[in-house]
Amino acid sequence: MLELRFHGRGGQGTVLAAKMLADVVLRSGKGECMAIPEFGVERRGAPVLAYARISDGPILLRTRIYEPDVVVVMDTAAAPSERVMDGLKPGGTILVNTEHDSAELAKTWPGFKVIAVPARQIALKHGLGTPAAPVLNTAVIGALCAALDIAGEEDLEAAIRGAVPIKIEENIAAALEAFAFIAERRPHAATRV
Amino acid sequence: MRKVLMGNHAAAVGVKLARTDVVSAYPITPQTQIIEMLNDLGESGQFTGRFIKVESEHSAMAACLGSATVGARSFTATSSQGLAYMHEMLHWVSGARLPIVMVDVNRAMGAPWILWTDQTDSLSQRDTGWMQFYCSSNQEILDSVLMAYRVAEQVLIPAMVVYDGFTLSHTYEPVDVPDQKLVDEFLPKLENAYALRPDTAEAFSALPSPKEYYRLKARLDHDMTRALGVFEEAGKRFEEIFGRRYRLIEPYRCEDADTILVVSGAPASTAQAAVDDLRKQGCRAGLLKMRAFRPFPAEALRDFVRPGTRLAVVDRNYSQGHHGIFCEEIKSALFPLKSRPEVYGFIAGLGGGDITPELLKEIWKEADEGRADASTANWMEDAR
Repeated sequence: MLELRFHGRGGQGTVLAAKMLADVVLRSGKGECMAIPEFGVERRGAPVLAYARISDGPILLRTRIYEPDVVVVMDTAAAPSERVMDGLKPGGTILVNTEHDSAELAKTWPGFKVIAVPARQIALKHGLGTPAAPVLNTAVIGALCAALDIAGEEDLEAAIRGAVPIKIEENIAAALEAFAFIAERRPHAATRV
Repeated sequence: MRKVLMGNHAAAVGVKLARTDVVSAYPITPQTQIIEMLNDLGESGQFTGRFIKVESEHSAMAACLGSATVGARSFTATSSQGLAYMHEMLHWVSGARLPIVMVDVNRAMGAPWILWTDQTDSLSQRDTGWMQFYCSSNQEILDSVLMAYRVAEQVLIPAMVVYDGFTLSHTYEPVDVPDQKLVDEFLPKLENAYALRPDTAEAFSALPSPKEYYRLKARLDHDMTRALGVFEEAGKRFEEIFGRRYRLIEPYRCEDADTILVVSGAPASTAQAAVDDLRKQGCRAGLLKMRAFRPFPAEALRDFVRPGTRLAVVDRNYSQGHHGIFCEEIKSALFPLKSRPEVYGFIAGLGGGDITPELLKEIWKEADEGRADASTANWMEDAR
């Protein structure tokens, strides 16, 4: 079982990111999946948490995730670095939306695998959201699929096509660009637990 | 076809597949998405049921009362205070023998303001004459809507499909959405012989004599008990058509168990994982999942228990000053036995507190080692 925690802000599509990950896993036929919002009142701009589980067999646990294998940081300002590490398993993976590079960020979180992806930049390049409120969930999911070897480009594209209501081609392009960005830097790829 | 659906959308898809004629509801978190999705499906022409807008939950149930009286398959959904506001209508609907299906997405009762889940809202409606079925996964939600209509329409008693707010309602997972043709086979069009027809002159629910009232209530009670068998038959038919089987109570790894967790709703799924962990540690643990609360499967429970086994009943609900509500009912069901198992009651996860495998394992050990107090409710929480 692979357990993920997403840190984002209300309005960024954090919950939808977790849901799209479940879509991709279902589409890939590689296993079972579950996407869980951190239950609360949604407020635009406020820090938001979501969780996802991926497993080869049935998923029975219906709880929050306290000790994730992977933490996804959609917005560094919404998640102080100590909160990112909270409960993260030793050697766990941190995938961060940032324009800094992985090696530089690794110093912030020693003992973890840090993967940087410029999801904001990619999203804006494809016209998703505005500089103040970029919609970067599809780029993040593209990066995750490559980083965790969850699914290939075909399943990613098909899942996004079925999941996003508007700007479908732009979202697919963003996801595939982020996928390629990570795939080119494979040494960082995490292995499935 | 399998689709990633949140629990609320699984419910809406079930209502659509049931070819429900009339929906009336008033929004309340965490239920609202069911009704929103039915409206969206209506707008795109995929759902042809009529939607009646109302100004309260009380009126929503009153609207369903009217539509069900003329023989329309009727649906509503609510939570928490919204359900409480329907209370007097719930009695009326069961008394009038109308097979309405309602989803209650469990939300704790205020005050104080609370959004998250517990079962005190639905279980407070124990004596309203409604059936209550509890779900542990999004698949069960969709399937339970179909099962509920079939059972309700056969015994002419309304049914509540109940599931955990947020933990199921807002959580996404793959759900097998059955073909409409198969659903039609399982759930034919509602033909209610007692429906109001424009061409006949009949009075409904008019003032009876005490003797008639008494007999009507005895008949309702008889039919509620009969629903136990009807549910089992519906479960068999459901399995023939869809390949999934639902029972009133569902034991898991209980054969040689010393102590058995008794759980309903989403925590019953987590409890399965907790039992697997305990078994790995060499503990003889089992799980009994309670699907039905009304009708209460008392006989099935008496047949299931063995003297010497302990039951650890986990209630995400409570009756203040006494016990968890499932625990009370279980003790009452087992009382006629000459040799009864020990029953320990635990209160956990009120107002949405997480019921984790760690907490469930601790509860199991408290009961297994006899540390818990059998005479009172034992309050346990996961400190995280």
